[in-house]
Amino acid sequence: MSEAPPRVPLIRCTGLTKRFGSLVANDSVSLTVEQGEIHALLGENGAGKSTLVKTLYGILKPDAGTIEWQGRPVELPNPEAARKLGIGMVFQHFSLFDELTVLENIALGTPGARADEELAARVDRVARTYGLALEPHRPVWTLSAGERQRIEIARCLLQEPKLIVLDEPTSVLTPQESETLFASLETLRAQGAGILFISHKLEEVRQICSMATILRGGKLIAHADPRKETARSLASLMVGEGVNEVKTRHGESAGPVFLAVSGLSVKPEISHGIPLKAIDLEVRAGEVVAVAGVAGNGQSELFAALSGEGGEVKAGTVRLRDRDVTRTDIGERRRLGAAFVPEGRLGHATLPQRSLSENIALSWHETEDVGGFFLSADKLKAAAAAVIKQFDVRGPSSDPRAAQLSGGNLQKYIVGREIARNPKLIIVDQPTWGVDARAAALIRQTLVDLARAGAAVLIITQDLDEAFEMSDRISVICGGTMHPPVATATTDREAIGLRMTSAYERTAA
Amino acid sequence: MALTLVPRGPVSRLREITTPLIAFAAAVLIAAVVLLAMGKPLGVAFHVYFMEPLTSSWGIQEVLLKATPLTLIAVGLIFAIRANRWNIGAEGQYVIGGLVGGAVAIFTHGSGGFWVLPLMLIAGTLGGLLYGLLPAVLRNRFGISEILSSLMLVYVAELLLDYLVRGPWRDPRAFNFPKSVNFEDAAILGPIVAGGKLHWGAVIAALAVVAGVVMLGRSLFGFAVSATGEAPRAANFAGFNDRKLTLAVFALSGALAGLAGVVEVSANIGQLQPSIGQAYGFTAIIVAFLGRLHPVGALLAALVLSVLLIGSETAQIMLKLPFDMTRAFMGLLLLSVLAGEALTRYRLAWR
Repeated sequence: MSEAPPRVPLIRCTGLTKRFGSLVANDSVSLTVEQGEIHALLGENGAGKSTLVKTLYGILKPDAGTIEWQGRPVELPNPEAARKLGIGMVFQHFSLFDELTVLENIALGTPGARADEELAARVDRVARTYGLALEPHRPVWTLSAGERQRIEIARCLLQEPKLIVLDEPTSVLTPQESETLFASLETLRAQGAGILFISHKLEEVRQICSMATILRGGKLIAHADPRKETARSLASLMVGEGVNEVKTRHGESAGPVFLAVSGLSVKPEISHGIPLKAIDLEVRAGEVVAVAGVAGNGQSELFAALSGEGGEVKAGTVRLRDRDVTRTDIGERRRLGAAFVPEGRLGHATLPQRSLSENIALSWHETEDVGGFFLSADKLKAAAAAVIKQFDVRGPSSDPRAAQLSGGNLQKYIVGREIARNPKLIIVDQPTWGVDARAAALIRQTLVDLARAGAAVLIITQDLDEAFEMSDRISVICGGTMHPPVATATTDREAIGLRMTSAYERTAA
Repeated sequence: MALTLVPRGPVSRLREITTPLIAFAAAVLIAAVVLLAMGKPLGVAFHVYFMEPLTSSWGIQEVLLKATPLTLIAVGLIFAIRANRWNIGAEGQYVIGGLVGGAVAIFTHGSGGFWVLPLMLIAGTLGGLLYGLLPAVLRNRFGISEILSSLMLVYVAELLLDYLVRGPWRDPRAFNFPKSVNFEDAAILGPIVAGGKLHWGAVIAALAVVAGVVMLGRSLFGFAVSATGEAPRAANFAGFNDRKLTLAVFALSGALAGLAGVVEVSANIGQLQPSIGQAYGFTAIIVAFLGRLHPVGALLAALVLSVLLIGSETAQIMLKLPFDMTRAFMGLLLLSVLAGEALTRYRLAWR
């Protein structure tokens, strides 16, 4: 480190413990952030990162432990108290009103502010200082995820915080947008702010952070300097014993086209949805195709159009093998061998308050024997038990309600439920979003194996690493248009990242 | 600081069963305090509301008679409400059922055929079904809220009945009273025991409860209904067609309300007159919720409310209690049960 570390740390937490019932979310965790430091908080989903951060921001009260702010012990009964001390928070999920402008949204989140010229000037000053490109009078619904995040950051910086907490800030950004963010963070750091950076992307942590705190299962595992570690050594600290990498065998000859989408234009069902424009896409038997892209560029609309769940088709066709299914419902597409895993686990892929066995009926009733008009509880239970066993789904009982499972276990169950139908095509929207590393690896391997066994696999994902790890070909969706696919082996993250921010324009033939 | 609801975690089976009982006891207690405050003798009130309806064979028959249409209608409504489709118009479908079934009796008057009664029941059921479909079609076609349209159609049905019994269908020998001819025997649904008042409609209602339990709990249709109400996106993902389901639950609830109407007209009233309704269609909404949207629960709730209704008739004479008091008690009961349900799942806390 070039500059000498200040004697008094910005914030020092000791022995923080937080229990939820029998679950110990934080077990005597300690964390120290210095001024002028970008400090990484690393851990899998469920490791206790969010609990720790919520405690620091006054949202949760710790059961034990102390927090010292600039050397003084403090109580943080609510977020307002945290803000008064100088703690700012940028949440993972944006809390913005789509219909309002950038400036109006900032005014709403800033105590005592009004959306006037004075605020605009303040926003402009902050934006200039930290390189946050913002157009104050644009309505939020016209903005990309990266632009939305800049609003949240600007809103946070207006309060002139000394400690800024960012919860997985790059999960919705393109590589290029991430670089812009890192430059802003570096400016902040150089001015003496402390930054707590939550992430599970190890490369970027190694790039920008000078200290890391690693949590696993609610316990503090290590404090480490990420620049002196490798991504692999950090990963093993995060996860425990080594995580298997997905074994893929690229370049094998794929079979005949199973899913063929041509010139598909769709008007979305919801206002501010993304219209799909002349989408072309093919998936062959035996290959994995990834649709990469930043969230909110038409992924949900594409999934709905492919599954037959909704959206008004204006032009083009969707074909399964030789059948035109553009106008058919999801049941008919399932009968033709297709299976679908939507992004939403609770309330879309499952009924949250129903047991796993009842949830089998949701996607099986058209094609599998679940008892006919009168559902057979025995058959549903047997089917659920088989999925639970095969995919190592862990829950509080033998047939728990969907809402009782953790994200990773529920996702394994949902993917397993579809695979148990022996689909010839499976379309998965965000296969491992918010899923712990072990479950994610299992799900990815399962899907790759399914393709190797001859099925056509289409994944829609925001996670570029996942796209590169799993796929044979990558298409990029941007602004409701689809870039033509490229072979994964012949491209790189930069090339894909560039496409993620520019809509595809067909060159004149 | 604000009063908020905090989730409690899983609810035990025992608690599920005891909650409505405790809620009922609480409602009785509050009602007793209200009666005391009005200066009414509690002993007499207890006799009027509990002893009389439940200890005499007359009282028990009257309770079952009132519970019959309430149960029939509520079983149908449960399907609609579970699917998050708000059929507030069961009263109208009930009236149309009575009207169409009654029309069969009026136009076959004098034939005395064995087929008259079955035809009436079928016609009444179909009448309620088709009338129930109107709000569903309006919703599917034009996106009109079924809450409003089904409620408005109640008044259309009532006025139509009013017009017919005052005009074209009036009995010419009824001294200008607004009522139709008295149905002949072939058009009367008879008592189960000769000389008794309790008719075969009670058996039909019991069968409806059994069918309701099986359909809701075991059939794919029942699953689709519940899924649509619990998570519409998941129901859509399952491929359950939202529009068809809307039609189905309105057809079903309309049909059962229509059946209740024709049964009531045939077995209890024996003619068409402007006031065949007695607000059974509205009370059945309370019955459905009191019964926690389960057919057996609805049967129990219908019995409880019938006891209350019978008691209130006597209370008007014995205690000089206005009938509005009965409505207040019904509201009290519903509120207690809903509050009890909320408090088993959540606890109150200052935050």
